[in-house]
Amino acid sequence: MSAEVETKQAVMEKTQESTGEQQNIQPMDGSAVLIQGLKDQGVEVVFGYPGGAVLPIYDALYNNPIPHVLARHEQGAIHAAEGYARVSGKTGVVIATSGPGATNLVTGITDAMMDSLPLVIFTGQVATTVIGTDAFQEADIVGITTPITKHNYQVQDVADLPRIIKEAFHIASTGRRGPVLVDVPKNIATEIFVTEEERMAEVNLPGYQPTTTPNYLQIQKAVEALSTAKKPLILAGAGVLHGQAMEELKELVETKKIPVTNTLLGLGSIAGNHELFLGMAGMHGTYTANMAISECDVLLNVGARFDDRLTGNLNSFAKNAKVIHIDIDPAEIGKNVPTEIPIVADAKKALAALLLQDFEAPDTADWWNHLNEMTEEAPLWYNEDEHEILPQQAIQMIHEITEGNAIVTTDVGQHQMWAAQYYALNNPDHWVTSGGLGTMGFGFPAAIGAQIAKPNERVVAIVGDGGFQMTAQELSLLQEMRIPVKVVILNNGALGMVRQWQETFYDERYSQSLIPVQPDFVKLADAYGIKGYRITKKDDAEEIFREALLSDEPVLIDCRVKMKENVYPMIAPGKGLHEMIGVKSR
Amino acid sequence: MRRVITVTVINQSGVLNRVTGLLMKRQFNIESITVGHTEQPGRSKMTFIVNIDDERKTEQLLKQLQKQIDVIKVHDITDKAIVMRELALVKVMSPPHARSEINSVIEPFRATVIDSGKNVVTYQVVGSSEKIEAFIDLVKPYGIKELSRTGVTAFTRENQKTPSQQLSILK
Repeated sequence: MSAEVETKQAVMEKTQESTGEQQNIQPMDGSAVLIQGLKDQGVEVVFGYPGGAVLPIYDALYNNPIPHVLARHEQGAIHAAEGYARVSGKTGVVIATSGPGATNLVTGITDAMMDSLPLVIFTGQVATTVIGTDAFQEADIVGITTPITKHNYQVQDVADLPRIIKEAFHIASTGRRGPVLVDVPKNIATEIFVTEEERMAEVNLPGYQPTTTPNYLQIQKAVEALSTAKKPLILAGAGVLHGQAMEELKELVETKKIPVTNTLLGLGSIAGNHELFLGMAGMHGTYTANMAISECDVLLNVGARFDDRLTGNLNSFAKNAKVIHIDIDPAEIGKNVPTEIPIVADAKKALAALLLQDFEAPDTADWWNHLNEMTEEAPLWYNEDEHEILPQQAIQMIHEITEGNAIVTTDVGQHQMWAAQYYALNNPDHWVTSGGLGTMGFGFPAAIGAQIAKPNERVVAIVGDGGFQMTAQELSLLQEMRIPVKVVILNNGALGMVRQWQETFYDERYSQSLIPVQPDFVKLADAYGIKGYRITKKDDAEEIFREALLSDEPVLIDCRVKMKENVYPMIAPGKGLHEMIGVKSR
Repeated sequence: MRRVITVTVINQSGVLNRVTGLLMKRQFNIESITVGHTEQPGRSKMTFIVNIDDERKTEQLLKQLQKQIDVIKVHDITDKAIVMRELALVKVMSPPHARSEINSVIEPFRATVIDSGKNVVTYQVVGSSEKIEAFIDLVKPYGIKELSRTGVTAFTRENQKTPSQQLSILK
């Protein structure tokens, strides 16, 4: 090892002698170039976990530090980076070693791909001389991640590294955002790199030219459709948040009095208590929002991809509507739902272009009367007389105590749907959830990333007892970094959504969905040096929540809620949005 | 329906894997695929034949291909006037007494003999897939020892007789 280091130093000195002094270039090795590249990109924090193949990069980080978050599992690191990216709007950066380190990232990479989160992931790789020999800790991570990344690279020559880093950040953060992986073989990380020319290379990607400006004719068609509509509806997806088009959306909704609904990932694009907001649409959306989609005559989709959990049965989806679809990704338009007016553009630019047309507001008075009647008739409901704590009530308490201002993160499942239904968000970029992939174990590490992105905000991770146990080891970070995340476990001793489906569709055959034996979560918190609370009685709940949530410390709250509580209303698989079950009529 | 799609790509490692992986992920079955360099350095062109029934699926495929960072241009040239060629090498049992008969039978195909042995002859035949099928059917009775086909390569003719309908992504 020492011989290797000496050689490296000798080469560096030699190169400096021959070229360095005249051109004033410090010879750098691949790792130093990489770290410098991150600095040039303005990277504030990296999430990661070291290992053999990535040692040179970690060594360079030691010389030239960027704040590094050492998760306790690579999956924790990447979910934290996702939370950071989602809340900050910046690109999350992850470093992991080759083989198992890299494969442990796969779930997070897929999650980021599905929810269009910008990430740049660096994985160590075995040396180029042994790639393909099934070397120790070798895995073909480029092959593995090809279908789950926006793009990926394996660095073959150290001279390509500066260009690849620039391209990776450019691709991850522009157009429809997504994860980009850069695989760095160990010898590339130690090879000496000197030419200034390559370091200065500009991004030149002829095959990647995202369209961000809308087509004028299509905008005019959209204006005509909207202004003559009798029952217009806006469906706002995550594209509104990614494009920072919240102001434009609000203006369009308010000036034209057009009702608006959200996808799960679009929550926060309009305030949760806005009077023109119908609530979330989709499988567990509100009755009004889903009926509005079923009955509307013009549907303006801004930045949503018509996911099957939103649309239900496509045969009956928005069947009376002329569909206008604004999306930055042309491949999303017409993918699931036939679209009359396609607008390929950034949401902000498209909505601004619509507003510039200054068109007449449609007459929506009758439409509004009808929608308001539905909301009156069939609001969200739960049985308030239960003696056990209901998860919906717990979320309402969290909402009240945090005044709707907290950043809320969740996993997938019942708790996620209840949070979506009952935590009316005041702010955009305060909702961090695993939508497309539906990843258990996402919410807690994502909360850590969210808190790092916005240290002054209150971050509440609402998780289930199942998902929390998939990434619970990241409790270490709360204690180590004194990150004041509030972890609320809605503990029903079951994989709630699985249990609910087994109750409804599998004749109550609860195959492997009940988890009667739990760790003592309060003791677990204590073991990690975190203050833990347990809520078992309905009467104590609010007081404990208040103390815990308003504390400045990291806390864990084990809130024991009713096991056999279901998320309603819902659309059964294969059914249409107008066929909701569990709707309570007054 | 059998569609002919050409994809111009930046020639770097893994690009074929990206394209075929995308097709596999979206359940498109590739009937044939050919890849080779183009007149431009660093650019390759793939031609593939895919069976797709509805137009929306075709459009989706073209858009997904276009989305790839290494993909520069995507064309569905099925409905255009195109030149389309496939090459096949066929090693046929051909004892001396049958050789002249085989040669006369295949003459209309303008196949060329590129290798011959005591009892076998290897023919090279170039043309549309249909022509190659017909050639194979014709020589089959004599006994085919080995057969190798390249798959189709194609591009549009200089003169397009009627303007053909393009899918929205190409407009």
